[in-house]
Order: sequence, then C-alpha cells, then structure tokens
Amino acid sequence: MAMPSSLLWAVDIFGRVYTLSTVGQYWELCKDTQLEFKRVSAVKQCCWGIACDHQVYTYVFSGDVPIRYQEETYENQRWNPVGGFCEKLLPSDRWQWSDVSGLKYQQLDSFTLPSPHWEWESDWYVDENIGGEPTEKGGWTYAIDFPSTYTKDKRWNSCVRRRRWIRYRRYKSRDIWAKIVSHDEPDQLPDPFNDISVGGWEITDEPLGRLSVWAVSLQGRVWYRENVCHHNPEGSTWSLVTTPGEVVQISCGPYDLLWATLWEGQAIVREGIDRNNPQGISWSTVESPSSENGIMHVSVGVDVVWCVTKDRKVWFRRGVNSHNPCGTSWIEMVGEMMMVTVGLNNQVWGIGCDDRAIYFRQGVTPSELSGKTWKAIVSGRESDRSQTGSSTSLLSAGCFFTDDIQNQTSAVIQGDADPSSDTELPGLPPSPASPALLGAAAAGDGPASQAATSARLPVDPLHSEQGEATAASASNDKDNLEMNKSPANPNPSAELQWINIDLKEAQKHPVLSVSSFADTSSLSSLGAFSVGAEDQYGADEHPLWAWVSGGGCLVDLHSPLKWFTAPSGLSSSVQSLSLSITPAQTAAWRKQIFQQLSERTKRELENFRHYEQAIEQSVWVKTGALQWWRNWKPHKWMDVRVALEQFTGSDGMRDSILFIYYMYHEEKKYIHVFLNEVTIIVEVLNEAKHSFALYTPERTKQRWPIRLAAATEQEMHDWLSLLNMSCCESRRIQGPPSHHAIWSVTCKGDIFVSEPSPELEAGPQLMPCDQMFWRQVGGHLRLIESNSRGVVWGIGYDHTAWAYTGGYGGGFIQGLASSADNIYTQSDVKCVYIYENQRWNPVTGYSSRGLPTDRYMWSDASGLQECTKTNTKPPSPQWSWVSDWYIDFSPAGGTDREGWQYAADFPASYHGHKTMKDFVRRRRWARKCKIVTNGPWLEVPPVTLWDISIIPSSDADDEEAVALWAISDKGDVLCRLGVTQQNPAGTSWLHVGTDQPFISISIGAFYQVWAIARDGSAFYRGSVSPNKPAGDCWYHIPSPQKQKLKQVSVGRTSVFVLDKNGNLWYRQGITPSYPQGSTWDHVSNNIRKMSVGPLDQVWVIADKVQGSHSLSCGTVCHRIGVQPLEPKGLSWDYGIGGGWEHITVRGNATEASRGAVPDTAEENSAASKEGEDEESKRKTEHSKAPLMVSESQELDRNSVNC
Amino acid sequence: MTDDKDVLRDVWFGRIPTCFTLYQDEITEREADPYYLLLPRISYLTLVTDKVKKHFQKVMRQEEVSEIWFEYEGTPLKWHYPIGLLFDLHASNTALPWSITVHFKNFPEKDLLHCHSKDVIEAHFMACIKEADALKHKSQVINEMQKKDHKQLWMGLQNDKFEQFWAINRKLMEYPPEDNGFRYIPFRIYQATTERPFIQKLFRPIASGGQLHTLGDLLKDVCPSAITTEDGEQKTQVMIHGIEPMLETPIQWLSEHMSYPDNFLHISIIPRPTD
Repeated sequence: MAMPSSLLWAVDIFGRVYTLSTVGQYWELCKDTQLEFKRVSAVKQCCWGIACDHQVYTYVFSGDVPIRYQEETYENQRWNPVGGFCEKLLPSDRWQWSDVSGLKYQQLDSFTLPSPHWEWESDWYVDENIGGEPTEKGGWTYAIDFPSTYTKDKRWNSCVRRRRWIRYRRYKSRDIWAKIVSHDEPDQLPDPFNDISVGGWEITDEPLGRLSVWAVSLQGRVWYRENVCHHNPEGSTWSLVTTPGEVVQISCGPYDLLWATLWEGQAIVREGIDRNNPQGISWSTVESPSSENGIMHVSVGVDVVWCVTKDRKVWFRRGVNSHNPCGTSWIEMVGEMMMVTVGLNNQVWGIGCDDRAIYFRQGVTPSELSGKTWKAIVSGRESDRSQTGSSTSLLSAGCFFTDDIQNQTSAVIQGDADPSSDTELPGLPPSPASPALLGAAAAGDGPASQAATSARLPVDPLHSEQGEATAASASNDKDNLEMNKSPANPNPSAELQWINIDLKEAQKHPVLSVSSFADTSSLSSLGAFSVGAEDQYGADEHPLWAWVSGGGCLVDLHSPLKWFTAPSGLSSSVQSLSLSITPAQTAAWRKQIFQQLSERTKRELENFRHYEQAIEQSVWVKTGALQWWRNWKPHKWMDVRVALEQFTGSDGMRDSILFIYYMYHEEKKYIHVFLNEVTIIVEVLNEAKHSFALYTPERTKQRWPIRLAAATEQEMHDWLSLLNMSCCESRRIQGPPSHHAIWSVTCKGDIFVSEPSPELEAGPQLMPCDQMFWRQVGGHLRLIESNSRGVVWGIGYDHTAWAYTGGYGGGFIQGLASSADNIYTQSDVKCVYIYENQRWNPVTGYSSRGLPTDRYMWSDASGLQECTKTNTKPPSPQWSWVSDWYIDFSPAGGTDREGWQYAADFPASYHGHKTMKDFVRRRRWARKCKIVTNGPWLEVPPVTLWDISIIPSSDADDEEAVALWAISDKGDVLCRLGVTQQNPAGTSWLHVGTDQPFISISIGAFYQVWAIARDGSAFYRGSVSPNKPAGDCWYHIPSPQKQKLKQVSVGRTSVFVLDKNGNLWYRQGITPSYPQGSTWDHVSNNIRKMSVGPLDQVWVIADKVQGSHSLSCGTVCHRIGVQPLEPKGLSWDYGIGGGWEHITVRGNATEASRGAVPDTAEENSAASKEGEDEESKRKTEHSKAPLMVSESQELDRNSVNC
Repeated sequence: MTDDKDVLRDVWFGRIPTCFTLYQDEITEREADPYYLLLPRISYLTLVTDKVKKHFQKVMRQEEVSEIWFEYEGTPLKWHYPIGLLFDLHASNTALPWSITVHFKNFPEKDLLHCHSKDVIEAHFMACIKEADALKHKSQVINEMQKKDHKQLWMGLQNDKFEQFWAINRKLMEYPPEDNGFRYIPFRIYQATTERPFIQKLFRPIASGGQLHTLGDLLKDVCPSAITTEDGEQKTQVMIHGIEPMLETPIQWLSEHMSYPDNFLHISIIPRPTD
C-alpha cells in the first residue's frame, strides 16, 4: 500500500489538465488552471506541455527543497609597493573581475536572471571557505602570480590574491505552468509547437536531474531542448534535429529509446543516443504494420514500443532493446485506441477510441511486456463532487473557442458567483447536452460570442468531411490527416482543424441548437444550468479524454490501484494513506470493545484461574529436513533432520528446543539449542542457498553461528517465522518495539530491533551486548534513526525516506507475529557492480586478452571472482533486475568518456585518464535490481535523503514538535516541520542554506546541531531551538589533524565524529556557553559507523573484530565505562556481527537505578575536567587501546557477509 | 496503541468457568462430585468434555451409560452451538460458575443432534466454515486451500492452538483491497425469547453509497425488534463473546475480529436484566 505515490497526467477534450494519483481515486484538476493544453508529457519531477497558444510550458512540482543555482565570480588583485594589494593589475593580467580561469570578464552586475521564473536569494557575498578550511578574513587566497596555486596564507612572495564572490538564485515558478521563454533570435525560433515528449533521465545522472526534452513543430520539424536539468528546469535553447521527413509526433523513453512518426505513416527511430550524445546520431525508418494504414501515434518505454495506426489499431513492437532500438516485428493487440502512452516500468495506458476513456494495460510484467487486457479507469473527477470544479470546467470549455482567455475567464466566474444561480438549480430540467456544447453556448453569450459561434459552426461540415475521408480509399487518408493536423498558419479555421479531433466525441450527444440556447439564457442562469447538468452526469458519465501521459507514473505488480472501482461515499482523504491514527482506531466503538473484553476476562476468569483447563496443552513438534553447515572441517553443507519441540510451562508460557540430528562417522548425533538462549536469527541469502544463521551469546563470541539451509525459500520462511515466533514467545516479547528500542541494519538491508534492558547502560553488573535479543522487522533500509518518543525514520538504498508506522512484523514474519495494521508494501533499489578488465598489448592495444596471471576479464571488484554479465545474478531470489547492464561513470578516481579507469597493473589505484605508464584498465558496469517486500514503513515523499537525525529526547509533552534534521541526497540540509508522536512523518521540509553539499547531520538533546560537509569539514549550527527550528548560521569547526570527516553524532552533551580513515574522535571542551568545544580527542580506530545516545552512550559498528575463527567486519560494539566524567569511555564490548551496517541507540534513554543524572552534568563534567586530568591520563592508555585488529585477511564466511 | 490482533487473542482465549453436576435422577453407584472446568468459549461442548464424561462415568454402572448430553435450567444445550453462544444466550447475567447438568439418559431427540464421535463435530465445523466462505468469497478461498489447511483449522480448534488456527484462518479473513469488505457477512442472530432457531440473511458490509454498515444497520434490517426502545431504553442486550459492542461498530470489523472459529458472527439477543 505504501508504494510511493506518483501521478498519471491527462488532458480532457476541453484542454483541462488532470492528475490521478496511484494511491488516489479521483482525477484532480491541475492546480494552475489558467491555461488549456493539448499535449502534456510528464516525468516524476515535472510535466512539460503545449498549451492552446502553441507555446511550451513546464510545470515543476513544488518541493520543500528549493531549486537554486550558485553564481560565482572572482575578484583579482595584485600587490604593488605603493598601494599594497589593489585593483590595479598589470596589462598582461587577467580582468579585475573574472571567472575561475581568469579568461572571462565577469563583473558582479553582469549577472542577470535567466528568465522571469528566477529570483535572487540574497546579494553577493564573499566565500570565506576554501577547501573545507576557513580562510583569513575577507576570503582572500594568495599566489606568486596568476594563474597559480593559491593558498590561504599570505607569504613574502605573494604578489597576487583573489577571492570568490557567490550569489544564489532560486527558481520560483513551481506548481504553476511556467512559459518557456526563448532568447533565440526571432527568425531562428521554432514555428509553433505541436507535440512534446520528455524522457532520457536514465541516460546519465550528470548533471543532476538531466532530461531529454523533444518537441515537434507544426511544420514537422524536430527540436531538442538543450541543458534541461535540476538547476535549470527550463533548459537553455532549442536545437533543430534534422529528420528524413515531416514529423507528426514524438516519444522519448526514460532511457535511450526515441521514436517519432512521419506524415507518411512510417516511424523513425533515433540511433546512437548515449551519455555522450543524448541527442543521438542518426535515424532509421520502421514501416507501419499495415500497408493501408500508416502509423499515427507511437509511444516508447525502457525497452518497449507501442503504436496506433490510422485505423486506431494498437500494435506492440517485438524485440526492442538498447542494441536494437528498431525491434523486429509488430504484433497486433486487441482494442482500438486514440493514442497510447508508456510509463515507468513499461506500463501502458491508452485512450479508448469509442468512449474516450483511459484504459490501463493489465498484466504488464518484465516477462510479459505486452500485458494481458485493457481495463478502464473509472475514477471520477474531484471536481464532479463540487460545484466550483464544474464551473471551472465550464470556463475551460468556453475559453477553448475564444481568443482572449483572460476576459472570458473572469466573465464566467462572475456568473458562477451569482448567488441566485444556486437557488435556481433544482428547478432546472436535466439536459442531455454535452458539456462541450454548453461551453460553446456559454461562450456564445460572452463578450467573444461572435468568435465562438462562428468557430463552432464550421465543426459540423468538418466532421462530415472527415467521415467521408475515413470511408474513402487509403490514398485519401493522408490528405485527411494533413488537413486535421498540419495547419501552417494559425488562423481561426486552421486552428479548428486540430481541435476537431478532440471534439469529435461531442457529436455523440444530441446536438442542441446553439442559437436557441444563446437566445433564452442569461449568463448566470447558464452557469447554474451547466452545473446542474454536470451533476446529472457526475455519477455515470465519465470524462472524455484527449491525451494521457504515464511518464511519471509508477505502477508495479504490488500496487493496489483504486482506479477501477467507482469511488464510494467514503471521502478520499479517509482512504488515502496517512501515518496519523485513523478514525477507526480512535472510534468509541473500538475503545468499548477493548474495554469490555478486558472486563469480561476479569469477570469470567479472575476468580477461577485454579479451574482445570478443558484442553490439555501438549508438546508440539515441527520436524523437517534441512541442511547444516557442519562444524568440523572440511566445513560443508550436510543433510540433517531438524525438530522444534514446543512445551507449555505451568505458567502458560512456551519454551522450545531446536534439535539438529546429524551423522558423524556413521554415528547418530545431535546438537540442541534452547530458543530462549537464541539472540538472533538472520537470513543469509547467497550462493543461491536459502540459509539462515542462528546465534546465541556464546556463538556471537565465537563468530560461529549455527547455519541452516532449506530447499526452498518458502520452506526457509516457514522455519524462520516459526523460530522467530518461538524466540519471542520464550522471551515474552510481543507487539511493537518500545520507544527505547535499539534499531540496527545489516549490510543486506535487513532490519533488526532490540529491547534494551536497564542494565545495558548502567548498573553494578552491565549486561554484555552479545546477550541482546534482536528480532527482525520487515522492510529493506540502508539506515534507521530513532528517538525516545517513538519517532523512527529510515532511508533506503534508493534514498527514499520512510517513517515507521508503529507496526511490527512484515517480511517473512507472517500471521500473528505481525501486526494487522501498519504493514505496507516497501521497495528498494540498489546496484550490482561487475568490472570489465583489459590489458594493453603492443599489437592490438587494449584487449580482453590478459596475461595468464591476470584476473578474469569480467570480475568482481577484487578480481578474484569471475562475474560476467550473464552469470551475475541479483543478490538473492528476492531481488529482480529492473535495468540492463550499463557503464557506471561514478567510481572513485574518475573515468574517461567510455568509463575506463587506468592503472599500471592489477590491482592498483585507478585513475580516470590514460598515461604512458598504464598497461591495464577496467570499467565498472552496474545493473539495478529491486526488492519488493513489506514492513511497518510509509514513504515520506518526495525528497530523497542521505542522512537523518532526530532529537534524542525531550521532556516536552506529546503534542510538541520533535526536531528532525536531514541531508538530502543532493547534499541540502533540511529541517522537518510538524513531526510529532502522532504524526511522525511531519508535514514539510524547511531548507537550511549551505555553501556546499553536506553528508552527515546530528542533533543533540539540547538542540545542538552538528553537520559534516562533503569536503570533510565539520560545522556547528548556532541558535537552534524549538522556536527557531532552523537556527541562524553555520560555524566552521576545524577537523582533527586534517582528517576528512564523514559522520557526526551528538548525544546528550557528547559530540563524536568519525573520519574517512575509520578514526573516532571526541569533542573536548564543550560547555553551554561554548557549545562548539575546543579540541578533538582520539578515541578509537576501525570504526565504520557510530551512534551516540541520549545517555551519551556510544555504540559503533566496528570493522576487523576478531573472533575465534576469523575476522569479521561490521560488528556492533558498545563503549564501556562511559561516565559523566569519562565521556570517552574505556573499552569496547562486542555484540552481534559481522555484516552489520548501521545502529541507532538514540531511542534508549532507559537509565538504570543509578539515580538521576544531575541537570548540571555538563557543567560538572567540564569544570571537573581539569582536576581529573591525572586520572584521565591514567586511563588514556586504556581508552586509546585500539579495537582488536589482526593482519590476517581471512574473511568471516559465517557472517552475513558484506 | 492497542492492536486489533489483541481482540483475536481475547476472543480465542475466552473461558467460562463451569460447574458440571450429574442429573439427580441418574443412577449412580456412589455420589458424584461436581466437576469444575474452564470451557473455551469458542469451542463445542462435546469437544471439550471428555474429562467430564470420564469423571461421571466412574460412578456409574456401565449399562446405564449412553450418549452424554447437557442441560442448563431445563434447556438442553445444543452441542453444535459454540459454548460462548450457549452461555450468552442462556446464562448471561447469572452468577459464575455456570452450572451445567450432565445427563446420560433420555436423550432429547427433538432438541439435540447426536454426536457419536468427534468426526461429527469436525464435519459440522467445516460445513460452517465453508458456508461462511461461500458468503464472504463465493467459496473461492476455502476451495483454493489444501486438505491439510482444512485439517489445520480443525486441529487448531481441537487443540486450542491459536497460532496454528490463525495461520490459516487469516486467509479466510482477507478480501481484495478494492472491495473494502466481504461480499456478504456470515452471521446468525439468536433470540432467547423465540422458538425460531436463528436468523440468517444476506447482508453486505458496505452500503450502496459506500458507507460501512454497522451492527445497528444489520439489526435494523434483519431483526428490528432487537433494537426497539421503550421509554428511550433498549430492552434487549446484543451480545457477542460476552460483550455488548456499540451499535456503531462496523459489521465488517466485527466479522473479521469477533467471528467464532466457524467464521460466523453468532449474535445473541437477550432481554436486558431489569435491575
């Protein structure tokens, strides 16, 4: 259910634009209703369209994150003995104001806004940050001469200096149709546009949000819009792309497919589209499937092509892929359509020929791209339920015939506003007239009546003409089409020719005389009349559609759609997903049932517990055959019998023992595990084996779990489900995790949660963390953050943000161990990488023939494992491929234009350009795969995130907002507003400006916000408070010993950071009056990730932790000995791992009976620091003891495996 | 937040403390002690009274023992009604434990069905489930199940294994998301005051206008007498599992959460105690 919602866009025959959400049930009128459209082409983040004025518009969705662009220019100065540094430069020098290269003269006032859709965010200011280091006042950097290397320090020989000025501009026209303004010479401007298609976002991810926008002009020419990307949503200019003939219509897929149709009825296919050439190189021609009827319309997806021929027949193109964009042959599909559109996932929609309804193609799957049947979408319009909506539609209908949109609009609004019109409503007779005619009539009475009536009249002759033409021979067909579609000059009758297609359906309704209408009706009564008429239709008359675009609409097999049943009386807001508590849960009837049931139990049972139970509880045994990773060498899988015996104790509680029976040298033996000792059961899906690992505290110490494998996934899940339930039962754990729960994520994306005992953080006898019991929660995430008020958020590998719903179970945990409510479908997408390796030889240059000692020519990153495109499988059977293999241009070190990285030899460090010394090269191929599972998570659209932090605890009441900060995957710093316990997803994002992208953020218990920038420097945000949630400004904090930082975590008062070399640092000297602290103290190495909690407890994911068998990476570790006076702690305690990726302890504020921490703890700790110096020195040795490391590189084969 | 799952548990683990006494006219060799037992509300008398039977047979002569039957204050108790229903219908608002009289003679042929073995109970139970699914899903779900799933439902009930039962029964409680509910609600309404065994009609969970039907809607439709009021006071109690859900409770929710294991909502209408 929680599929991210996305939108289907459509235009009705009156030019009104509607959207239908994948989680909605009603068509909603586009927010900006000023214009009527004839074409729209949508992608996820925006929609492009051609309005009736033949102009191109783009509709960019509003978001909480602004679209901003940084303009920069450099101020250059030279030193001279007289004036010191001054503006006087040498004649050979660069301009006083220039770009970074010094070659281009650019003064501050030479920068102008690119279009009326932009505004300046602030005035110009000097950038005082150079490479993550604060510069001296004024932001100057010095050098001996231009151009040279600049340093932030002035030296004796510094003769020149420069500084960077920056200014941000912001795109403001969001959630409205923004007209694309052209700066081209008027004679080079394209003629009016006729069709548009947007796609190509999968071709390359550089620059961010790049799109291919293709348009067709009325003269049949094809245009490509240059430079459309996230921070330039309008693009810059139109380039003409030559075509072999006159083009009617064009369709651009998400990847490299681009097809267009010609007047002559053939299709042309663009070839050579790739990352370096998004416009492609050449055209090839594909003939129409039928010789009599040419292709009228074509639509393409990732690797599918659908077309409609002039006889309205629908065809599917076989054999289309990246290497063969033309495909092989056409197959005819059932149904007659006006047009079709292919959306994300290759899903298909069409507009029915007879009824103008929108149909959705059912059963389109990767294995059956052509789908099964057409199913009509019967969703009503939101506007059908309200009169204002209806009158808006009336407006549009009227406007459609007039030249002056604005006048007409205001005229009819006036009519609708007349209060008398409402009262007249019931008395009016229902009319069978179509809204189109009413619209025409309304217009007929308006100021533009003459134009409208005359425009209306020629329609009929034209219709009959068209009727004749279709009945006539095929040779006439072309003429007919040309007449309909290619008016070269926009005079009124020519314009009518194209709208007549859209109006054809109007003819189906009994035609009322326009003149009689106009004679008898006043404007206001007409307005009311049409409202009444539409209401009459509301229930059973569906909207008539002219165009549909599915390019931004994501539907997959698991999304239940509400489009196919007529909307019931329930309001859509009740049905739409919401994290807030649904009315059913708060209803009085529900409360009463819970209350009465507990009263009943009390009444009927309390005094009678000593009575005998009627049904004896017996031992219950489940047995089965599994495979076991035997614990003697050579280790291998062996067949075993397994039995789980469940007993019911006298107290009614269950306990269970798992027996594993095996043969050892022909002797029957067994091992057994009490399930109340099991600390975790982890699914280990690899080697195509359905296996899982079972840990006890002892086995966690040994890093040697019991590993079992089942023959099928189903069988494994049955066992996992049962074993998990038995473990929970024996520990009396049921229901959702508490607010204090500790959450962790494995490198497989599996989610685990543990209830902390009070002895975990304090007490005479600390509980070792290998005794923590972890249970799985459904879903797939990369990281999770929580706080002690039960607000939990996660981020997927695809950067989607998810909020925890309060449920439990999901995934394989079925039935009763899973909550009935609050479990939703969840999906995630990640990449699988393989490497293509080549060696240079003098004869053929680089080739795939390596030396005998070389690695495989297709391998994994290490080169040890052969990985070819065909033999590489998705990570587990739960994953399925969602893309083809493509070259990945993003590996560290950079690549050349073909994606190659060069090195002297394997394995070495690779760089992105070829040098004389390089003899080997490699390139990385990626392929996306997707998992669809379920769990207690609901998406928080639309901003995708990189990091999050939730304020660990606050004593505020439940209603008060919870501070939540995040970093978007683009590096923007965001602050979530409206997050409460009742509404953990919050309401909106507040953007916090930064001068560079950020990667990590953390907020402490007292609103101390720390962040790490992408360049590895740390920042402190000043003055954050409940009343000022975004604070005021950033303070730069120098990194420890020039290390580049990657993560920060702030607990109650402690601040820890982690650098890119795995060192953990503690911030010394933080006091309430000096929250930035003074110095960094080294705490430990080998750390991958850390979490500092509300008790200032420190937990990490450590690497290279030794076990008795091997090293393991990704192990949960707990810092022991953390005290108010010893915030860095003393040593590590080792818990579950390896294969762990992330942990958050920020919900755990459970203090043991240590007594309340005094409120002044922070002052105490700071003040007493000096006095404690000696003692801390004594402890330094201990605390600096590194995490256990061994040089051996043996991998932990028993761990989850990263 | 309380979970709807807890309702299923409460319903399943409902117990009625019961005192079984032998009918005074039964011929015994020595005096029989009463027998105390916690009876599961959702089970059937003849399924859970093996111990009772054994207890009383010990004091009787073999030749006097024929089919066991139970009676409460003169009313023979139908074994094919769930125990909770029998209690709600006949013994609500009385002091606990529930006092049931045990008979071994004079089987009331016109009131009770014979129950010679547990197979008879199983057959009755499965027939009810199938009937309920015919109403809910046109029998599609139950027919798609395997024989072992059917067996698991029965074994779950017989052995009082909540998880075992619900692992399968869950599927019987599902419906397509676009439907908002079952096709018809399987329910039976019993009235203590009439001769008619029960009322059962076709009733949809969702009104044609899309609103959820409530318990009140159901009663208004099929048993208006149950909710008529005199002097502003309702003269009857509408009981399910020993509680009186509010008339505003959606019937679909009740069907999903408060049906007996046979998948029917067994609703008792009894006179409201005057005090």
